[in-house]
Amino acid sequence: MDFSLSSEQEMIRDSVNRFVEKDYSFDKYLDTVKTDAQMQPKTWQQFAEFGWLGQPLSETAGGYGGNAVDTSLIAEGLGNGLVLEPYIANIVFAGNLIALAGSSSQQEALVGPLVEGNKQLAVAFAERISRYNPAWCATTAQASDDGYVLNGEKHGVVNGANAETFIVSARTGGNAGETAGISLFLVDANTPGLTIRSYKTLGGGTAAELTLNEVTLSDDALLGAPGEGFAPLERALDYAIAAACADALGAMKAMLKRTAEYAGQRKQFGVPIGSFQVIQHKLVDMFIEVEQSTSMVLQAAVQADNDDRVTRRKAIAGAKAYINKSSKFVAQWAVQLHGGIGVTEELDVGHYFRRLTGFNLQYGDREYHLKQFAALSCDIEANAEQRAAA
Amino acid sequence: MNLDFSPEEKQFQQEVRSWMQANVPTQKKPGAMGYHSRDDQMAWEQLLGKQGWLASNWPTEFGGPGWNATEQHIFDEERAAAGGAITSPFGLTMLAPVLMKFGSPAQQERFLPKIAKCEELWCQGYSEPGAGSDLASLKTAAIRDGNEYVVNGQKIWTTQGHWADWIFCLVRTDNEGRKQQGISFLLIDMKTPGIEVRPIHTIDGEHHLNEVFFTDVRVPAENLVGEEGQGWTIAKYLLSHERTCIAGVAGSKAGIEGLKKLLANTPTETGTRLDDPTVRQRIAELEVDLMALEFTNFRTLDKMAKGQPPGAESSGLKIKGTELQQALTEARVELGGDDSLPWHNEEEIGHAEYNNASLAYNFLRASTIYGGSNEIQKNVIAKFLVAL
Repeated sequence: MDFSLSSEQEMIRDSVNRFVEKDYSFDKYLDTVKTDAQMQPKTWQQFAEFGWLGQPLSETAGGYGGNAVDTSLIAEGLGNGLVLEPYIANIVFAGNLIALAGSSSQQEALVGPLVEGNKQLAVAFAERISRYNPAWCATTAQASDDGYVLNGEKHGVVNGANAETFIVSARTGGNAGETAGISLFLVDANTPGLTIRSYKTLGGGTAAELTLNEVTLSDDALLGAPGEGFAPLERALDYAIAAACADALGAMKAMLKRTAEYAGQRKQFGVPIGSFQVIQHKLVDMFIEVEQSTSMVLQAAVQADNDDRVTRRKAIAGAKAYINKSSKFVAQWAVQLHGGIGVTEELDVGHYFRRLTGFNLQYGDREYHLKQFAALSCDIEANAEQRAAA
Repeated sequence: MNLDFSPEEKQFQQEVRSWMQANVPTQKKPGAMGYHSRDDQMAWEQLLGKQGWLASNWPTEFGGPGWNATEQHIFDEERAAAGGAITSPFGLTMLAPVLMKFGSPAQQERFLPKIAKCEELWCQGYSEPGAGSDLASLKTAAIRDGNEYVVNGQKIWTTQGHWADWIFCLVRTDNEGRKQQGISFLLIDMKTPGIEVRPIHTIDGEHHLNEVFFTDVRVPAENLVGEEGQGWTIAKYLLSHERTCIAGVAGSKAGIEGLKKLLANTPTETGTRLDDPTVRQRIAELEVDLMALEFTNFRTLDKMAKGQPPGAESSGLKIKGTELQQALTEARVELGGDDSLPWHNEEEIGHAEYNNASLAYNFLRASTIYGGSNEIQKNVIAKFLVAL
């Protein structure tokens, strides 16, 4: 067992921190958050130059072949700096899905431009009643003579305002809720029959509602084998969740740091409020939650690369369930301990608060992930086998 | 970054697991503090001692197995998973590191081998009626008289004081200066005339704790550890060695697995208790909390294995670890429902495995109080968190 970072990983971490310090001030954030796209092309180009866009993607697919721990370091730094650009939705989620499921020609067509910063993608898997479950797919893909016709609706598609191409899950067989029979399709934003209603989300970033009405696609729009889209979708989603947890951890650390500093400076009754035990203990509770969450982010990142599904899914679901709760705790108390200034738009603390609230609601809430975790951990016989095999 | 045990560690795990399966007593069930009698506890510890594993945290030069932090953790986890009792920490994990660092060669030779084989049991004389969280206010006095100290005063909350052969005490040898300065660390034979042990019964209805009274107790001066006035430094050193073991990860892990098995074997009208979504949710919440605790513990162990001091992550281990112990025992009692009601009953009632769950639940209310209450822990952590 070894928890230390490689020198390469330390360089990645330092490069994100340097970028935030030098190029991503709170004013830059405020300028960006006003825009419909919630991102700036110039900033995205910087990401490409730093190599962050290729880092999470395998070398065979045309990426730089980093692991999920590398990705989590980038994501944590971006969360820490309140950076809005859609790194997780576009690169970690959609990019990995192309790398996992795409044919070599699809990878060639998409990963190169992604890595260079010239492509925006979004994964459209959720539906209005799916409640985070990627297997709940009612959108249909009817085979035709030379392709497929898609009908249905997709909901809460992260990065929906920017996506030039959507990866849409649709059924070529089976029923909603079943993992078999789900296929993945590449659908360009300007495809006839596709209606996109995009909007800003509360934590920053964008999403969209898609309506697919007789969307006609050729055979080469199919991403991966027909009916077998669930496994790569779940896998790529796990990468996204691990990165989202790291992003949230970065935001939590920023809030703790600001709150501890504020408590040391803000004077009432003639003394810093940080001298009051009631404030101190709350800061300690926040600190402990940050440390526990750090542990969860580390193990989730390591296991995101694990091919054993049960180990990986328990690690990811456990991390998201835990950090959904711990991040809410840290965010709420950071605002509370700042007092009045904490609920204003002018201080970054409130913006971190919104980012973490958004994190809670994206890629599965605590209730959903606890259920997922329980389904895996309450299988006593499987656990006994796993223990014996370990 | 790598979370797997090495091949050597996996082999070690198998070795310990087989030994535990063959040797953990199956007749008597231990409680949260170990077995319920001195004889049973000593028999179990002597068995481990014979194997050379009792002093699991000691280096080889003092007769330990020389395990690294990860191996110690594996050992503890396998011990708990097999249902083996926790070992009495006072000699093994509290006093021993102190003697190794501050003790004279004669003291090391006299005391350590008997601890490693469990030929003598120890207890801890820290708290007093007027010195709980404010430990430095302790008043038990040790006055030098020739080659002896004469000790007068009272200790309280002395776990296993009624079993112990020896007690290590913080005593006041000087009343001048800061209150921390006049404290010394003294080893006292419990058979010395003038010592009286009175039981304190805890809310689990059992006898773990005691008051210990000292009246003109004459202690050889050679039993002073370190120098006069060095007691507070030694006490702080001792605390730094408690951190990882006090998180109780191994015990909580075994506790959750045991509870899940029990729920899976508790029938309901339609299946088992473990099928119930609300029960599952509660288990999952505990398990996810444990996961975070376990990896925080691993991060600390990793630093220790590399010879680095434990980092900031370790300071919350006691708080989170004891909160989880409490939540887990609370869950077992509540999930048992009315099967948890029988109180110190020898017969098996209903789903009998829940019958005595309330004992551990009741006793472990103490876990957030002992070893420095969690509120005191927070005061300590706050010192490096807030710059005033």
